[in-house]
Amino acid sequence: MSEVETAYIPVDKISIRHRATASIAVIGNPNSGKSTLFNRLTGLRQTTGNYPGVTVEKHSGTVQLNGSALELVDLPGIYCLGGFSADERIAVDVVLGRIEGTPRPDGLLVVLDATHLYQGLYLLQQLMEMQLPMVVAMTMTDVATASGIDISIEVLQRHLGGIQIYPVVATSGRGLDTLKEALEAIANATAPAVPESWPELSSTADELVKSTADTGLPRIDVIQALIHPESKRAAILEEHLGNRTIAEIRDRLFGKEPPQAAEARHRYGWVHSVLQEAQHRAPLIERYGARTRRWLNRPWPSTIMFFAVMALVFQAVFSWATPLMGGIDLGATFLADQVAAVLPQGALSSFITDGVIAGVGSVIVFLPQILILFLFIIVLEDSGFLARAAFLMDRIMRSVGLSGQSVIPMLSSFACAVPAIMATRVIPNRRDRIATIMAAPFMTCSARLPVYALLIAAFVPDESVGWFNLQGLVLLGLYLLGIVGGLATAWLLKRSALRGPKPQFALALPEFRWPNLQTVLIKLLDRARIFLKRAGTVIFAVAIIVWGLAYFPRSAEIQTNLHSTISQAESSYRGDQLEKEVRELENHAAAAQLEQSYLGRAGRFIEPVFTPLGWDWRVSAAVIAGFPAREVVVAVMGTIYAVGEEAEEASLTGKLRSATWPDGRPIFTVPMVLGLLLFYAWCLQCAATIATIRRETNGWRWPLFAWTYMTTIGYVGALLIYQLGSIL
Amino acid sequence: MTLRELHPGQSARIDAVDASQPGVVRLMVLGLIEGVEVQYQNSAIGGDPMEVSVYGAAISIRKQQAASFRISPITPNV
Repeated sequence: MSEVETAYIPVDKISIRHRATASIAVIGNPNSGKSTLFNRLTGLRQTTGNYPGVTVEKHSGTVQLNGSALELVDLPGIYCLGGFSADERIAVDVVLGRIEGTPRPDGLLVVLDATHLYQGLYLLQQLMEMQLPMVVAMTMTDVATASGIDISIEVLQRHLGGIQIYPVVATSGRGLDTLKEALEAIANATAPAVPESWPELSSTADELVKSTADTGLPRIDVIQALIHPESKRAAILEEHLGNRTIAEIRDRLFGKEPPQAAEARHRYGWVHSVLQEAQHRAPLIERYGARTRRWLNRPWPSTIMFFAVMALVFQAVFSWATPLMGGIDLGATFLADQVAAVLPQGALSSFITDGVIAGVGSVIVFLPQILILFLFIIVLEDSGFLARAAFLMDRIMRSVGLSGQSVIPMLSSFACAVPAIMATRVIPNRRDRIATIMAAPFMTCSARLPVYALLIAAFVPDESVGWFNLQGLVLLGLYLLGIVGGLATAWLLKRSALRGPKPQFALALPEFRWPNLQTVLIKLLDRARIFLKRAGTVIFAVAIIVWGLAYFPRSAEIQTNLHSTISQAESSYRGDQLEKEVRELENHAAAAQLEQSYLGRAGRFIEPVFTPLGWDWRVSAAVIAGFPAREVVVAVMGTIYAVGEEAEEASLTGKLRSATWPDGRPIFTVPMVLGLLLFYAWCLQCAATIATIRRETNGWRWPLFAWTYMTTIGYVGALLIYQLGSIL
Repeated sequence: MTLRELHPGQSARIDAVDASQPGVVRLMVLGLIEGVEVQYQNSAIGGDPMEVSVYGAAISIRKQQAASFRISPITPNV
């Protein structure tokens, strides 16, 4: 190796990754194409983290420029710096640098939707008051041209004090290079001149900034303090200059009306005058399909279409996911068998197979349904359908004291309550948000289905009633039971603990748009990751704990007995017969072990509590095991009734049918089963949901209430059904 | 006449907004203010909430809030 070779690489082939030197917040109206632009600029170099002390996730990414790089932070879309909902408040707090541990952004990338300049320019004015370096991108210019909107960018720029506007088509990438050049220069850019939409406010703010120089309140904070009298900044200002002075200033600026109303009048008045000059609408030539779309938006067609789409989504979620879930189940069982074959029998083998593998399996078995549901929700969201759904369902939700905005979380909760509870962040009023959170866990989630399926298959005759199948009708009834329970709970709460003014419903309705594939996929991955992190860790931990309770203490006597009976069997049986016999013996030993485990003892201990419901210790033990995660119930029942964990449904249903009390009466009678089903429909048996409620409501009060309340009504409901049913 | 009494397809100019009524400020922030032209596009079943558009942006508004917007109708330019 004496010769040193030198390789020449052309300079333009080397791509140098720069480290981000500054942080830029990407901000704009909802549905303005902001996320698509963000994804275009950052590609897959994105991270999702958390803002300290806040539940909303932080999405950031790095955009590589020619000689440098910038961190871009994607924020929830907003219409103003007022912050009506939790999602919007986060965006406002990040932009204004009010989150501890997160510095104020060094600059702003403002996204203006060319088809919605009216609302975009309103937000832009407020942002210009911040006096931060700013780059403005105008998206949807292709859509605007196609719908006959003619925008004069020069005129706009003149009205905006010479600020540059960069037209881009985020989906095709047109204009991105120019935008990147502008971003490269953002650090040296001068802050834009304040627009002249409200001279009185401007001059008042300037004076106040001077007179309160020692508090260090920036100009934007002074303006926000005047417009939002309840805020922290308002308190600082009032303390410094006296309540009287500030009240007089507010009177002069806003009159007797809410300050935000006065602000809207001034700023939209200005936008109105700017648009008269900068934007012209060609007389609309109806394009092919526009008439159909208009017809579809009429009240009845749109409502029917809503239900049809929902039916399709549920159908897809369940029928597409079933084979995948079966595959995951099989895979977990296969893996567990392999491990069991290698490791010596004992606690370690059981821990890995029944604890770890089963635990991981029980987390990922939900992924197919969750991913398919998320995929539909994201597509429906990005195409503008969900906002329409909220609009169409507002009237119904109003009857229980909520608004159309609760519809989206409630729909999600048919797959899983965890993402549903996180989706309540768009609901502006805290009381309405909590009422929705309390209602969501009632909806029939995918974890309830195995229990329903088992009990229905075992005890509801497979016969038809008129046009329908009785088993199907019972399942439908259970879905309705969940819906009724949830809506009744929201109604009751809104009349008692969460009593307040009627929820308002003011929503921008985006028009139909084809969703962008890249944006959809990035969002899907992101939500899957959040679900795995939030729910996955809890479900996994719970699976390990339940395994421990069901495994320990281990009786040596039962194992010795098992070994001696197996050797006896070996001498009297051969081949298949022997295998069957051994499996039978092992299952009985497992049942005996479970009976004297902590879980079995807990079942016996708690039996008196559930006897009035017609449950014996076995059912009680399975129910206790299901409190942290209801989906383990079927596996526990399988072990407890000595049919093995991977019980064939047929063998378990047979055991359930023949299970009796010591005096020979059957345990699973019709009233008992109906009560048990109702208990499962209403009871909050899900640690992941409880953890999510705690996180989203910032405390233990609501999760504890939800657990106590749902367990109580589940118990009382089952008690009434069993007792009344047994009398009849 | 208020926005509440507008017919589907009809356009009108907003003359006055009563901002003291609950929920009205939120609608003003979305752009429903004096001087602009609105058009009644659609509604949910039963006519409530209604969908009105201003400068091409559609906004959902309940009838109760619509009563806070005084309007003068203009002939729809069909």
